[in-house]
Amino acid sequence: MKQAPTVWSQFKWHVIAVVVIALLISMADAFAQIGVRYIHQERSLYRNIVVTEDSSRRCMRFTITSRSGQNQSCRYLERPVELVFPYAKMTLSSLLVQNEPKRMLIVGLGGGTLPDTYSRLFPDTEIVISEIDDAVFRVAREYFGFEETDKIKVDVGDARVYIKRAGLRGEKFDLVILDAFNGEYIPEHLMTVEFLEEVKKLLPDDGMVVSNTFSTSRLYAAESNTYRAVFGDFYNIRQAGTGNRVIVASMQPLPDRATLQSRAPAFKARLEQFGMDVTEYPQYMSTQVTWDTGQRILTDQYSPANLLNN
Amino acid sequence: METNSKTSFQVTLVMVLAFIAGFIIMAIELLGGRILAPYFGSSIYVWGSIITVFMLSLSIGYLCGGKLSLHNPNLKIYGTFFATAAVFLLPLVFWSNLIMEFLFLRIEDPRYGSLVVSMLLFFLPTAIMGMIAPYSVRLMVESTHGSGHVAGKLYFISTLGSALGTLATSFYLVLWFEVNQILVTMVATLVLAGAAAIITGTRSTANAS
Repeated sequence: MKQAPTVWSQFKWHVIAVVVIALLISMADAFAQIGVRYIHQERSLYRNIVVTEDSSRRCMRFTITSRSGQNQSCRYLERPVELVFPYAKMTLSSLLVQNEPKRMLIVGLGGGTLPDTYSRLFPDTEIVISEIDDAVFRVAREYFGFEETDKIKVDVGDARVYIKRAGLRGEKFDLVILDAFNGEYIPEHLMTVEFLEEVKKLLPDDGMVVSNTFSTSRLYAAESNTYRAVFGDFYNIRQAGTGNRVIVASMQPLPDRATLQSRAPAFKARLEQFGMDVTEYPQYMSTQVTWDTGQRILTDQYSPANLLNN
Repeated sequence: METNSKTSFQVTLVMVLAFIAGFIIMAIELLGGRILAPYFGSSIYVWGSIITVFMLSLSIGYLCGGKLSLHNPNLKIYGTFFATAAVFLLPLVFWSNLIMEFLFLRIEDPRYGSLVVSMLLFFLPTAIMGMIAPYSVRLMVESTHGSGHVAGKLYFISTLGSALGTLATSFYLVLWFEVNQILVTMVATLVLAGAAAIITGTRSTANAS
């Protein structure tokens, strides 16, 4: 006796395939977590902070769920000086555009990787870090060996407020690094034309701003247009296989790529300790406009950064 | 018959206006976070300041609106609440940066800075909009027996408005428009709502006499 095909028999293989794929994905996730120890976990005013460690490195992340690529900050246990993330190396390669800051401001502390790296390179440089979350500051000290010194100071509070006040006090920083955008939530008031104008006020004639931001979604175009409106042309550092791009904007005319290439060998030996060959980086740097210039710029009146990032 | 159909029109009008007031209150509260962020950041205490001021001004608005409804409640007075709220929103549209700049320079602690700014920018318009809810109840109630039912319907419609105002603003309006474009539209809506109430009120008193 022949039965009419039921819905189940028709779609049986689709259903089985979907279930198998879902199982494989969750298993892969679970396997990726094998050997990962949870060292510390807390809920701060702003986020969850999780510190994990596996056989090679210790990481800080702001999400409970374990998806790769969500780490905010990582350090190798054996070689703590070496940089783990490509974006940190991209940031450092901005030294080819402008060398040796005397006084710098970093927005976003994380595990303290960038302040440690810059103070190792330039021991006499004064570094101010603006970090909104007191708990991140504490975790950086307790689990990542970060320390304040007479050269390195942390201001706990909102970066927009810090920068506005620093501008009113007439303070100058010859390097400003914006590294507050790699979390789940983007602080929208740190992406606008007005904010960048306030940052610009802090820069002396040879000042430079380096911003670690997004390379995908409509936000990429919106943000690029916004930086361009304030600083004009900038260097875009992009490396295939990373979700990051780093913007390097300067108060001085930008040196061309050949100049960057000619400067690189002199830095090579000094930057090797961070696990990078800086002579590779000029090829990742470009002033080309590769985005939709029609995308609206972000202002205090219009800044739906999180919605644009969907 | 004539009076009955008018009454039902007036009831619908009051419901629609209560919905609009609920929508606008929450839309402005959400935009408040956006307006304060450039000066005081977007930390939890900035939201704390804004919500505190909204709750405080609404509570005082409820009290005053209820009190006012004792004396000769009518649509014309009701309409002036909307118009007045619109006028009190204008400083938020045109002078918020000046006001925030002034206080930013004088108050170092962003907690109290944001609290004082919220009081100056939001207290008056929100208190006036808070007067709308109890006054709406009075305009619709016909008997003590039905008063709970009427109050329930009004809470329903105005809180539904608030829910939609929150959703629309945070999901879509900020993606499509500038903050001030949204605010100006709210002001215009309040003016139109007030005009509708005043005109309806004037006509019904003219017909009655």
